[in-house]
Amino acid sequence: MNTMTYREACRQAIRDALLADPRCFVMGEDVGKYGGCYAVTKELLDEFGPQRIVDTPLAENGFTGAGIGAALAGLRPIVEIMTCNFSLLALDQILNNAATLSHMSGGQFAVPLVIRMATGGGRQLAAQHSHSLEGWYAHIPGLKVLAPGTVEDARHMLAAALNDPNPVLIFEHIVLYNMEGELDPVLGAVDIDRAALRRSGSDVSLISYGLGVSKCLAAAEALAKEGLSAEVLDLRVLRPLDHAAILATVAHTHRCVIVDEGWKSGSLSAEIAARLAEDALYELDAPVRRVCSREVPVPYAEHLEQAVLPQVDDIVAAARTLLRPA
Amino acid sequence: MNDKLHLDRAQLHALYRDMLRIRRFELRCVALYQAQRIRGFLHLYDGEEPVAVGVMRALQASDAVVATYREHGQALARGVPMNALMAEMLGKVQGCCHGRGGSMHVFDRERRFFGGNAIVGGGLPLAVGIAMADKRLRPGAITACFFGEGAVAEGAFHESLNLAAIWRLPVLFVCENNRYAMGVPLQDAESQTEVYRKAEAYRMASAQVDAMDPVAMAVAAHQAVAQVRTGAAPFLLECRTYRFRAHSMFDTQAYRTREEVEDWKRRDPIERLRLWMHDNHLIDADAQAAIMAEVDAEIDAAVAFAEAGTPEPVEALEDFVLMDRVVQEQAT
Repeated sequence: MNTMTYREACRQAIRDALLADPRCFVMGEDVGKYGGCYAVTKELLDEFGPQRIVDTPLAENGFTGAGIGAALAGLRPIVEIMTCNFSLLALDQILNNAATLSHMSGGQFAVPLVIRMATGGGRQLAAQHSHSLEGWYAHIPGLKVLAPGTVEDARHMLAAALNDPNPVLIFEHIVLYNMEGELDPVLGAVDIDRAALRRSGSDVSLISYGLGVSKCLAAAEALAKEGLSAEVLDLRVLRPLDHAAILATVAHTHRCVIVDEGWKSGSLSAEIAARLAEDALYELDAPVRRVCSREVPVPYAEHLEQAVLPQVDDIVAAARTLLRPA
Repeated sequence: MNDKLHLDRAQLHALYRDMLRIRRFELRCVALYQAQRIRGFLHLYDGEEPVAVGVMRALQASDAVVATYREHGQALARGVPMNALMAEMLGKVQGCCHGRGGSMHVFDRERRFFGGNAIVGGGLPLAVGIAMADKRLRPGAITACFFGEGAVAEGAFHESLNLAAIWRLPVLFVCENNRYAMGVPLQDAESQTEVYRKAEAYRMASAQVDAMDPVAMAVAAHQAVAQVRTGAAPFLLECRTYRFRAHSMFDTQAYRTREEVEDWKRRDPIERLRLWMHDNHLIDADAQAAIMAEVDAEIDAAVAFAEAGTPEPVEALEDFVLMDRVVQEQAT
């Protein structure tokens, strides 16, 4: 097994993609000379040159739209948006063009585009760099939305995304970049269709994605010490959701905690809870619980920020209420 | 008329026919709209025909076009088959987009016609990207990107001109300046009303042309296209034009006077060209009648084709939300 950071896994994935396909190029703010805001594209400019690693001006709508146009006309762009808060400046292009052109044109065009962006809080970057907006994008037909929560997925999801003929958005959690993980050198690919069971258990299902997976695994460990068996489902793909996997884990444990760093109202966690209410109500032995971010803009001060974000203790407490009602 | 004219008799007839074809196609669309056969928004191009015809005649098949939501004329001039266009207007599966796009969203992959875009300014970044790809994959091809003067107020305009300029991309930015963004006159919306001068901020070449003069428009388009192609750099062409009709099918037109509209209609570019050709013995009554008959026959056939068309089965509704292959690459 190889050990590497999530950041290095992202970097190697991009490097592989550039080596594998001359049509592939990276475009975004500070991806070149600076090496990427989160250092994911470090040194790639030296290796691939300015035609493949394209530094852009601060023009998210413009260069994201340019990525769509380049995809329409034969290239395979990897657009990097520094943080998902900035992606709102490109939302017009993502929704009105990338997600729409195939259907609206009667299937005359596909948009083989990948957009990577950093998401999430926990680094004291305050309210304009810390939000989790992947749930919004998961609302949009015509997009695929990925949230790698492991080093393995960070390493291999990009290749699958580039192979997909549709616009694929990849949300990389900023706290995960420094996470180290094991990589199986034999495993050369992952799918971008299915959720993954990261831990098996029998008493309660913890459903999450991205950084939430690590928190759920820690919570499961804590619950185990209390004699409670939790299983952890990593959604991996936020759109289209692996509906069968969600139903299957709940059918197995009959209890469910959904952990979502987005705000609770109108969130991905709400979507999953609604699906369980529609299709798995009689499998449930207890109400669905959700652990989400508090409904405020993420603040700077550490204690306030941590009070906003889902914590391992919150997950443990939520699971406990299902298993040992007061 | 422009005295630097290099168009021969046949080319002048073609220019006249292409404009008349758009005008009469849209006239039929009005009737179909009033009969409630066409629904939704319908943005007509009356008065602006020289722009699309002039630019498209200067392009090659390998070039790309990004259009607006007022794009019937752009589509017809580019060669989108009239049958497929009319069927699209009637929402039939035989339409170029299966009836999913309608009047504002005409696409034609075979003709590299990358869509009517109904987000004002939404097509400009696409044009930048298409030109990025073409610069590498189809050297020599250029992208013509149409937009109205209203789009000039959008950030996408400025971002796109800047990107095209710094990356030296072969994009011809074609501003159809018809003086009103819906009901807002240009002078109320822009501090600099000479739109072509906005290119200066991006150190981009630009020009302004009186697009009510079809020959001048054709010449300007020809020159601009040549400059983009040979100079491998973008160009902004401001086409001063006027829309004779409402923004969409109906509006109160409270933003302009009847006299103003009538004054502009006296400069109707199609009639202007016809009279000029007539005065210079370049067209006779028989040739005029023949062109009219040819155009109307094509429109009659297109309406018949569209009316005989069928609705897309509702079962197909979710087709193409996600694609199973990069269809434009396998197709070419």
